[in-house]
Amino acid sequence: MELFELTLHELLALHRNNQASAQEITDSVFARIHQVEDKVKAFISLDEENARLKAKAADVEQWSGKIAGIPFGLKDIFCTRGLRTTCASKMLENFIPTYDSTAGARLNEAGGLLVGKLNMDEFAMGSSTEQSAFHATHNPWDLMRVPGGSSGGSAAAVAAGEVPFALGTDTGGSIRQPAAFCGVVGLRPTYGRVSRWGVIAYASSLDQVGVFAKDVEDCALVMNLIAGRDPRDSTSLEIEVPDYTAYLNADIKGMRIACPREYFGQGVDAGIQDAVKKALAKYEEAGAIVEDVSLPHSEYALPAYYLVATAEASANLARFDGVRYGLRDTQADNVVDMFSNSRSQGFGAEVQRRIMLGTYALSSGYYDAYYLKALKVRRLIYEDFQKVFQDYDLVIAPTTPTTAFKIGEQTGDPLTLYMNDILTVPINMAGLPGMSIPCGLLNGLPVGLQLIGKPFDEGTLIKAAYAYEEISGIRHLKPQQGVI
Amino acid sequence: MGKDYEVVIGLEVHAELKTASKIFCGCSTAFGAEPNTQVCPVCSGFPGMLPVLNEKVVELAIITGLALNSEIPDYCKFDRKNYFYPDLPKAYQISQFDLPICKGGYLDIEIDGEKKRIGITRAHMEEDAGKLVHQGNITNTTFSLVDLNRSGVPLLEIVSEPEMRSAREARVYMEKLRAILLFAGVSDCKMQEGSLRCDANVSVRPVGESKLGTRAEIKNLNSFRSLERAIEYEARRQIEAIEDGEEIIQETRTWDEDKQATRSMRSKEEAHDYRYFPEPDLPPLQISREWVEKLAAAMPELPDKASQRLQESFGLPSYDAEILTLSPESLAFFDQCIELYPQAKTVSNWMMGELSRLLNQNNMEIGDCRFGPAELARLLSLIDDGTISGKMAKTIFEEMFNSGEAPDHIIKEQGMTQISDQDTLLKVIDEVIAANPVVVEDFRNGKDKALGFLVGQIMKATKGQANPGVVNSLLKERL
Repeated sequence: MELFELTLHELLALHRNNQASAQEITDSVFARIHQVEDKVKAFISLDEENARLKAKAADVEQWSGKIAGIPFGLKDIFCTRGLRTTCASKMLENFIPTYDSTAGARLNEAGGLLVGKLNMDEFAMGSSTEQSAFHATHNPWDLMRVPGGSSGGSAAAVAAGEVPFALGTDTGGSIRQPAAFCGVVGLRPTYGRVSRWGVIAYASSLDQVGVFAKDVEDCALVMNLIAGRDPRDSTSLEIEVPDYTAYLNADIKGMRIACPREYFGQGVDAGIQDAVKKALAKYEEAGAIVEDVSLPHSEYALPAYYLVATAEASANLARFDGVRYGLRDTQADNVVDMFSNSRSQGFGAEVQRRIMLGTYALSSGYYDAYYLKALKVRRLIYEDFQKVFQDYDLVIAPTTPTTAFKIGEQTGDPLTLYMNDILTVPINMAGLPGMSIPCGLLNGLPVGLQLIGKPFDEGTLIKAAYAYEEISGIRHLKPQQGVI
Repeated sequence: MGKDYEVVIGLEVHAELKTASKIFCGCSTAFGAEPNTQVCPVCSGFPGMLPVLNEKVVELAIITGLALNSEIPDYCKFDRKNYFYPDLPKAYQISQFDLPICKGGYLDIEIDGEKKRIGITRAHMEEDAGKLVHQGNITNTTFSLVDLNRSGVPLLEIVSEPEMRSAREARVYMEKLRAILLFAGVSDCKMQEGSLRCDANVSVRPVGESKLGTRAEIKNLNSFRSLERAIEYEARRQIEAIEDGEEIIQETRTWDEDKQATRSMRSKEEAHDYRYFPEPDLPPLQISREWVEKLAAAMPELPDKASQRLQESFGLPSYDAEILTLSPESLAFFDQCIELYPQAKTVSNWMMGELSRLLNQNNMEIGDCRFGPAELARLLSLIDDGTISGKMAKTIFEEMFNSGEAPDHIIKEQGMTQISDQDTLLKVIDEVIAANPVVVEDFRNGKDKALGFLVGQIMKATKGQANPGVVNSLLKERL
């Protein structure tokens, strides 16, 4: 087997035993990237020279960090010092930050080697990575299909073996949905678990940094590195970070699992419902208790999400005015035209649509009816979960209503595209941790199983996910040979 | 004019809080640095940057609230105020909207011996914007430069109730507020540097009417004088407009210092919709009672208390006491001076008279004064022991003010000791009498003014050093 095919923990084991050097691992990863990237198009920028230099240093200096000499990728929403950070937007096509995100810096400090910046929907607004200003990314399971979004590049790169693991962000499902579409493990931690510092904001109260990994153990290893309070992010909380690898045991006897009726309704593909039900049956066989519950306000989550997210986005993206950095229209003869021309030229259609929606929702006279009401709905959704968590350890549901759809299939109608988020947004609205793991294939495409936990209880998700790998034997799914 | 009108004024004051670093990042707040040398990715609004609240800002805001008799609620939060402007890097200002750090409150002003209480609506924390440097005139400039040194400097916006009824009341309110902020140690309050700024909401209504008239908000009031003049002008403009049958429109106006007039900037229709919403990057603030109580216990002496002390301990009139307590430096000067020269009213007269006149002439604050309270005390003692006359003292005082030299040094240097010796003076007096027989005759015939002329001649002959009291009595004896 080639090194690029291995999981993070397999690579670490080889590296520890001097069976694979950082340079050999990096060589293998770049060889893979050069082999498949023109088909997958997962990256916006590669940093090959730097990664190779660092790999050499890691070998020569015998770096001792937890992931010393291991390559990784970052969604192009994470600011990287000295390396172009575009957010997949023309607005930031030539933006080179002078600072690293906290999460990225923690991986660097642990000896990780950044190989490049991964594609995404522009400013994380989308569910297919087709909204990138540069190019679409293709699903390694079927190149005609989308990898999901907005962190589609991260999911596709991990699925295609271009990186052992990657970081993404999840505002309304942007980690879990692409993880489901690409058959990888995706974890969106609790809001406040991982620092958002240096991550370009979409919707500040919903954004959270998380992990794409080949299996659950890798996910736990990466969480150990990135989780924890950051004094530079006031919304990151001072709550003890456990050793997530301690949750890698399959003993789930007596674990109480809630299955919410509302997540199996109209619009959710029957094949997906079936795959998830089968997974739940396996949990029962292994000694867990699975019961149906109701999360009655679920249907309001999507409209409320699109008010809160767009409102915050309208403010977060206002700074892109052409004054200090980013695209500037130099033809305008006054400052107001410079603002509006720069923004019209720099932002794509979906970004402009969401800025306008959010601006409208916050406007004088509409605030109470839209934004304030959405905040109240948010509270109700949180309380729904809180009630369920009084009796259950976690909630399990499908991650997506369908498997990966075809490129171009849903670009015409934004509302259809928004429906992709219907099973993932409630978790963001409630600030909870959510995870997607592959639970099988449907017509040759991966199906995601969504695990939802109590605040700051990522450990239970990891335990339940690990148990599923053990009992189902589904671990580290790889796309069929020949596709890429 | 057909009717009598009443002017209604409310003030919004922005005070820069005295912290070493900015409100949401570690950059320095020092004034006067080269443009864009006190900036970082946070205060210049770079992508992915997050604010972290400076605790000192909250502390100073609480102290201000306590000094203004405000309620400090247990819970407050920050909000985003959205608008596009090149000097506002994030295109939103982090401010406080519906739950400010200070609610309610008041301060007392005194005008012509009458006390009046002016209500404070609220005070809230916010970040300052940067500033634009226009190339040439703002109307025909081809480009402007942005300086972000000020971006993120902490401000406290203090909003009064519309309870002032004259430009003078507004000025006195502003002076009193400044004094309180200075005594509380929360702001430098340097209007010329912009660390204390003021907008005035002005409306007029017929006397007896209880409904408020349509208001205009006046910006760009950079001094007490422009505040007073702008309000006077604006009230007159509104009254004339009403008398001419025009309707007052709600608008923002700016004070044009050159033309001494207000002019329209934008109307209500053009006004911004700020689209306030809670700042998601900062958790709401919980203010503990222990913290508030601790700060209350450590509160320095405030102007009202100091003024009361001056009246009760030294018998000063309230007018004097109010003026001496307009700044902590002024009060300290007074307190130190009377330790050495315990005649309060004399010290007060000199401070409010000569000292204040020279400071105003030179656009200086008492803190800039080159001599200290000990030198004034010494000067006053020299008058009392007859070494110098009151008139000489004024000349010496001016010299002290200009050079910073001690009074004894100036007297010695310029040979300004007063001549009180009778024999020396009599010799001069006799010479003057002999030289002015006609005037002497006039005096003897009852012309009192003639005496003044003779005294003047004697002072001239002694180069002003003759003791005028002694000269007067000796001259009368001789005549």
